[in-house]
Amino acid sequence: MSNILATMGLSRFIENPKTNFSQLGKSLLIPLIGLLIFLFIWEIGAKNVHTSLGTFPGPAAVYQQSLTLIEEHKAERIKEVKFYERQDVRNEKKLAKNPDAKIKVRPYTGKPTFFDQIITSLITVLAGFVIASLIAIPAGILIGLNSTLYSAFNPLIQLFKPVSPLAWLPLVTMIVSAVYVSKDPMFAKSFITSLITVSLCSLWPTLLNTAVGVSSISKDLQNVSQVLRLNWFTHIVKIVLPSAIPMMFTGLRLSLGIAWMVLIAAEMLAQNPGLGKFVWDEFQNGSSNSLGRIMVAVLVIGFIGFLLDRCMLFLQRKMSWDKTVVLR
Amino acid sequence: MSQPPQHLELTKVDIDFPTPNGPFKALQDINLTINKGEFVSLIGHSGCGKSTVLNIVAGLYQATNGGCLLDGKEVNAPGPERAVVFQNHSLLPWLTAYENVELAVKQVFGKSKSKAEMREWIEHNLSLVHMDHAMDKRPDEISGGMKQRVGIARALAMEPTVMLMDEPFGALDALTRAHLQDSLMEIQKDLNNTVIMITHDVDEAVLLSDRIVMMTNGPAATVGEILHIDLPRPRDRIALADDPQYNHYRHEVLTFLYEKQRTPDSGLSSKKKDEATLKVATDEHKPKAKGEDKAA
Repeated sequence: MSNILATMGLSRFIENPKTNFSQLGKSLLIPLIGLLIFLFIWEIGAKNVHTSLGTFPGPAAVYQQSLTLIEEHKAERIKEVKFYERQDVRNEKKLAKNPDAKIKVRPYTGKPTFFDQIITSLITVLAGFVIASLIAIPAGILIGLNSTLYSAFNPLIQLFKPVSPLAWLPLVTMIVSAVYVSKDPMFAKSFITSLITVSLCSLWPTLLNTAVGVSSISKDLQNVSQVLRLNWFTHIVKIVLPSAIPMMFTGLRLSLGIAWMVLIAAEMLAQNPGLGKFVWDEFQNGSSNSLGRIMVAVLVIGFIGFLLDRCMLFLQRKMSWDKTVVLR
Repeated sequence: MSQPPQHLELTKVDIDFPTPNGPFKALQDINLTINKGEFVSLIGHSGCGKSTVLNIVAGLYQATNGGCLLDGKEVNAPGPERAVVFQNHSLLPWLTAYENVELAVKQVFGKSKSKAEMREWIEHNLSLVHMDHAMDKRPDEISGGMKQRVGIARALAMEPTVMLMDEPFGALDALTRAHLQDSLMEIQKDLNNTVIMITHDVDEAVLLSDRIVMMTNGPAATVGEILHIDLPRPRDRIALADDPQYNHYRHEVLTFLYEKQRTPDSGLSSKKKDEATLKVATDEHKPKAKGEDKAA
């Protein structure tokens, strides 16, 4: 619990709850008022927007839709359980008739629910982020250590950094279709496509920040390393990496944020299962509930993005040696 | 014909630093011989190149002309036999005091000492500087004086032939400084290291040194005068405060710094300063500014 509060930036209230009670009231009250004003404006504004799919959903309608989405998810799970039960019964009957009969266990292929889509999105974004980091951190260290390499790669980095995922996507799709050919693919093509797109777009902040962190090691510490005659590897592990960690984490947090944003766009276009596809399907579906369901997705996307950033902040606090710096 | 090699010898050292306006001659014709176990202080105004001399001995800078010999071998790269105590401690902030010393010990004795021996050696050196009680604290958890102690322990733990100290106590308050000076004198008496120390502090120089090397102002700074301090050891700061001989030495150094060498004004940035720096100027007595800025 205290960890959660700490990550939410409320740690100071745990330490001394009594004296800070009024402060707690203030710091909870003010955001609450802000939220209420937002809900009020949303409600009023939504009533006055009439689309071809009906009136724009207000907070109440969106809340209703979120309940529906939970219901749908539960119903789908029950259907799945029943499917497997039926299959088991069928297989048992078959075996009773003929013990040598070949038994087929088919996986359930129902429609993925909203929550399945969330899981898929999270898996995709984390996989893409990990791949991007595995490339960006070592590359950043190399570029940061060597000014020749830095001058060689800097123009390329500056060129590719601002490219939108939407521009990469068609190219990545075509390349994946051409190269990733397998009879029994471990991953779906659409998954690979969004994965690569996410990685391509999210590796730049980590790369640049790591490079800057590595190249700005204090001269004093470099002198220490020289006087001690540390070899290359020890120099990297004991001096370079620890002193670059704060910058590296700044980059990683930016990268994860970008990865999450890029993912939604990539899923929409690549038709990879996930929240992006959910939004796109609802848009194409065009029922009177669609706008409300999309709004639920928007809020969930925002909330997950927030949680991802807090997770990184938590990690950063754990890894950071400089406890005097206030991380936020 | 063949002389026995001196312990530490700087011969005709010049150094030029490249600048956009052409090379800047920081040091010119530095000649200095230091005996084993000697404590030598370098003193001079800010920017006169004291740190540059130290860095040449450390091997962090290469002399443009001339060079440095340690026990007959040319110094051309940094190494643990010439341990440096840096001005601002330069401890690795992510390691504890123990781990900071350990990094140095592993590097020097990693092959010759067993793990238990290394542990004992690290603890021994930390207790020499009275830091054995805070071994597991990180630099941001201890005071400036304590950090500098750990820095000294790290240098001592390398068993250096020459210990190089770049204004080791410059950033400390007067009481802490006095305390550390006493510790340093004790340690040096026991270990008999050769020490080269840069300082801005006249009292510190006279109290600690066997010889004080006074440097002229830069650019093209060189050794101005060398003063032998013939005071018996162990030296006691309170007894010495009234000692006429001690005060005479202080006076000598002060005269050199404030009369023979005027405080460098804007001269630092001018490309070439003529011999005017050597002329005796009596009209300007500036009070001594301690640790005014980080030299050279």
